[in-house]
Amino acid sequence: MHLVATAAGPLDGDHLGLSIDVAPGTSLSVFSVASTLALPGRSRLTVTARVGPGASLRYSPEPLVLADGCDLRVDVLLSLAGDATAFWREEIVFGRYGEPSGRCRSRFDATVDGVPLLRQEVTAGDPALHGSPAVFASARCAGSTLLVGDLPREVHLAEGCAVLPLAGPGTLVSALAADTVELRRRLEWGERLADKSLP
Amino acid sequence: MHGDMAMLLLADSRLPAGGHAHSGGAEEAVRVGAITGPEDLARFLRGRLATAGVVTAALAAAACEVGARPAPERWQRLDAEADCRISAPAQREASRTQGRLLVRTTRRIWPSEALDSLALAVPDGAHHPVALGAAAAAAGCEPRQAALAAAYTSVTAPATAAVRLLGLDPVLVHRLLADLAPALNDAAHEACVIQADDWSDLPAHAAPALDLLAEQHLRTEVRLFVS
Amino acid sequence: MSANHDDHHHAPDGHGRALRLGIGGPVGSGKTALVAALCRSLGPSLRLGVVTNDIYTTEDADFLRRAGVIDAERILAVQTGCCPHTAIRDDIAANIDAVETLEERFGPLDLVIVESGGDNLTATFSRGLADRQIFVLDVSGGDKVPRKGGPGVTTADLLVVNKTDLAPMVGADLTVMSRDAAKVRDGKPVLFTSIREDKGAHSVAEWVVGIVDAWHHEHAHSV
Ligand SMILES: Nc1nc2c(ncn2[C@@H]2O[C@H](COP(=O)(O)OP(=O)(O)OP(=O)(O)O)[C@@H](O)[C@H]2O)c(=O)[nH]1
Ligand SMILES: [Mg+2]
Repeated sequence: MHLVATAAGPLDGDHLGLSIDVAPGTSLSVFSVASTLALPGRSRLTVTARVGPGASLRYSPEPLVLADGCDLRVDVLLSLAGDATAFWREEIVFGRYGEPSGRCRSRFDATVDGVPLLRQEVTAGDPALHGSPAVFASARCAGSTLLVGDLPREVHLAEGCAVLPLAGPGTLVSALAADTVELRRRLEWGERLADKSLP
Repeated sequence: MHGDMAMLLLADSRLPAGGHAHSGGAEEAVRVGAITGPEDLARFLRGRLATAGVVTAALAAAACEVGARPAPERWQRLDAEADCRISAPAQREASRTQGRLLVRTTRRIWPSEALDSLALAVPDGAHHPVALGAAAAAAGCEPRQAALAAAYTSVTAPATAAVRLLGLDPVLVHRLLADLAPALNDAAHEACVIQADDWSDLPAHAAPALDLLAEQHLRTEVRLFVS
Repeated sequence: MSANHDDHHHAPDGHGRALRLGIGGPVGSGKTALVAALCRSLGPSLRLGVVTNDIYTTEDADFLRRAGVIDAERILAVQTGCCPHTAIRDDIAANIDAVETLEERFGPLDLVIVESGGDNLTATFSRGLADRQIFVLDVSGGDKVPRKGGPGVTTADLLVVNKTDLAPMVGADLTVMSRDAAKVRDGKPVLFTSIREDKGAHSVAEWVVGIVDAWHHEHAHSV
């Protein structure tokens, strides 16, 4: 399935909602044709996904670009049945070329059979975080891919990318980069190590 | 209550609970050249406080509440909330090690039902903020005091490590810490906003660079600090 | 790693646990060599565990593992964050955790040796960590070191002066060292060793057997 959005994404006052249900034993892929540009003003994006027993979901839209002046709130709730699998990639770009990042607070909650697997918030546009060697360092974009399923529990590291087995049944690939091409390259490197069955 | 004194003791780097050997990512940041002087260090500390510091403070505050009415199931559930907020295995390990040592130490200082029940419920070592909150409860602190102690130690440990590793002027580094006072208050405030038994909403700020540093640190041959 | 639900290891009287022996002393005096020698001499008769406090990563632990004097798993390394004396004196939590982990995994043990990171003459073990302690000097630091005293030299249960083979080369007078040490040590023992020549440090091993036996008699019955 493709999400077909026009070039400009959420605008002031918009609240976009997306609800995904993957029926037991089926599989679904969600892509987008272009990146999402969050424009100035307050907006919200809420994604709820349920993946049933034996089902599988791949969610890999193009990057979210935070234009200067945007104030976006993203909430993602991913609930999986015990034996479901998932691949969930998110990429955030801190402003269009040459401009400072707009504000964004993105919250991601993944549970497996109701037990929390990963909860993480990414806050962009806060000067305390950009340029901090503890958070984004000098990166212009950040991304992560959560893979859920029966995966090898190995840590891998490369420049700007880490493959991190979580405490629960999943692995997070986390990357920082100067541009989206590099970010995607790093994430894909990690994704293949996290799940050797990926092409 | 004697919460103020207990909060100071818990926040003191001389608390004999193994904290002196953790740098919170600062050692690796120094090694890779991400922290070279006071300016980098200030940015490192500010970013750490706004992310890991807030998360740790929120978990500590929640644990302090649990400590008032401890039950194994509540400890385990809160510990799982900590687990799912720490992506890097190296950081989970460091957090559990510190938590285990903290419980060991504080059980002898403040013998209590709160700490005994936590030690039983999570025998391999609860996550550090959970242990800190439990100790705070045992010592008579309010959740806000637990949050303050947690947020404070999240920046003092790397600051001290940077002084040792780079030979920075300790007075200057203390000035940097003093400058964080408003941010520390904000962190404790954010940590205490949500207080119910549903901890799913507790803050969960990611710090991707800290995750990378933590894993690289484990692979570095010469290390003075555990984390 | 270890369980902290039962605190019996903390029994201040030491009932039901191994004797904990601290080995401290300046950098390079031969602490690790002594630990290896004791493992060689005592390994066949005593159940041992070793904790090292390395300044860098796990160098001493690795040396001991390579030396093959004791099962590799019976050696745990503790990191000390730039401050070796802090980890054996002011904040012993990580060392206690390591000692108890060894006792839980391999216990009952007779003796757990804790080697401190090399430090200065004032670095001694907390009584909360070590039941007995050995301070290791070497002759190459000069024969005036015992006269300088310091808590390590004056209070250790045993003072070992190592590398006697080097005495002629560095012009150190062993009788002066012996006399000065006796003056500040109130009758507590001093042993001279050359671990290079005596790979089992037999005199020290004999002293250790003595304290382990005494410990055993004192503490064996009310586990
Ligand atoms: N000549 C001589 N050399 C010795 C003797 N004992 C140890 N050494 C050497 O002295 C050096 C330091 O010995 P270690 O046992 O590593 O000393 P240490 O006190 O553990 O050192 P740190 O842990 O680094 O403080 C090594 O090269 C040993 O081989 C001895 O009796 N004679
Ligand atoms: Mg040594």
